[in-house]
Amino acid sequence: MASLTLTSIEGKPTPVTPIAQLEIRNFNFYYGQFQALKNINLNVYKSRVTAFIGPSGCGKSTLLRTINRMYSLYPEQRAEGELLLDGKNLLDGDVDVNELRSRVGMVFQKPTPFPMSIYDNIAFGVRLHEKLPRGMMDERVEWALQRAALWDEVKDKLGQSGMSLSGGQQQRLCIARGIAVKPRILLLDEPTSALDPISTLRIEELIHDLKKDFTIVIVTHNMQQAARVSDYTAYMYLGELVEFDETDTIFVKPKMKATEDYITGRFG
Amino acid sequence: MANSEHTSKQFDADLEDIRSRVLQMGGLVEAQLMAAIEGFSSGGETVINRVIDSEPRVNRHEKEIDDAIVHVVARRQPAASDLRLIMGVSKIVTDLERIGDEAEKVARMARQIYARGALTIPRSIDVRQTGNKAMLMLRRVLDAMARLDAREAEKIIAEDKLIDTEFRGIMRQLITYMMEDPRTITTALDIVWIAKAIERVGDHAKNIAEHVIYIVHGTDVRHTTVTPPKAPQGNT
Repeated sequence: MASLTLTSIEGKPTPVTPIAQLEIRNFNFYYGQFQALKNINLNVYKSRVTAFIGPSGCGKSTLLRTINRMYSLYPEQRAEGELLLDGKNLLDGDVDVNELRSRVGMVFQKPTPFPMSIYDNIAFGVRLHEKLPRGMMDERVEWALQRAALWDEVKDKLGQSGMSLSGGQQQRLCIARGIAVKPRILLLDEPTSALDPISTLRIEELIHDLKKDFTIVIVTHNMQQAARVSDYTAYMYLGELVEFDETDTIFVKPKMKATEDYITGRFG
Repeated sequence: MANSEHTSKQFDADLEDIRSRVLQMGGLVEAQLMAAIEGFSSGGETVINRVIDSEPRVNRHEKEIDDAIVHVVARRQPAASDLRLIMGVSKIVTDLERIGDEAEKVARMARQIYARGALTIPRSIDVRQTGNKAMLMLRRVLDAMARLDAREAEKIIAEDKLIDTEFRGIMRQLITYMMEDPRTITTALDIVWIAKAIERVGDHAKNIAEHVIYIVHGTDVRHTTVTPPKAPQGNT
């Protein structure tokens, strides 16, 4: 929710025009012969949270995974169109996928800590991209754990295994690992579906804090979560983008009847 | 508006329950207002008492509907048209309850006037006519609410001005009357209160019409001139 400012009491504050960090243009995606995404056009705005919602199989996770070229691992999958990150098409052949993934971080549905210490879980990704002296690396690890709201809980046991943490802590560790390389965009693929309600709220609070520094895209099955955390919402169905708008509009006054039916639980 | 059913039948049942209770409350308030105007015209003790006695029932409806709304919000987290329905109904209920209060006011004033044994009641026909207009307005807005008819609601909003104009006319006449014959002041002041209560009924009916437009289109037309909003797109 937008914070109340003094100007909003007098009248509406001057709206800040959002800057597009990622522009998705005429985007199509294929699993072999099957077309999973059909002509998607939308902007992911800088320092905002964008949620992709829709029923299973609508293409929301597929769309998320193309943003850091996860599909490049599978030769039968291909993408057409443009994904412009700061003006550069991510689909171009000359894009260094490893370098791209330092700019576009990702956190998955199930927490995936590496079988190593909490400290090394964070430092591992950083070492791939930067050579930092020990002191600076310590600072970076602390910074990432602080930003992921995990520092206070783990500062005395950085040498312990990341696997020893609870599910919610593990997921925050993964978020800390994702942001440690200071990406532009953080992709969250149903980050709380395996967590209890309190851990879920902590992650949601974290998302709210992180958007000051990072652009966040979240895929969620939980519509209320999309309503709580996102600034923009995209409703997708059968590989098509049905409606994309500010979250307030989507959840109060959607323009499309199909969105309305899904949001209100009249779907299927 | 999404008219098809929810996947959750219980959610449909909860919303239908709220909807039918509001319509019941509307019917009760309408009957109350009709009786109040009749009581003012005839001075009939029975009909006046009926208005006053039904007040607790109206209040009970208000509390029960509010309670049902809180439960639906807590359990279902309604969104889009469901959210607008719930928010709109919550406000409509408040306006209905106030109309009930105004009807009670009219009845109590009527009782006072007749108890005093006033020989003439100044402007009584005008007040009754304006009262009937307000009642018709209430009936129509209740229909518009039942049918979620935003177009009809827009017409009703425009008509509130007529009642306001008639109220000002009655006021002017009553002032003249009081100046000409100060002995009529006590009764004339009671009539002022009755006319004012009727004028407020018109305002509340107008508010309900605005809530109906919000429920249907999601447009908040309070404190604005009404322009017809766009209908949602798509057929699926």
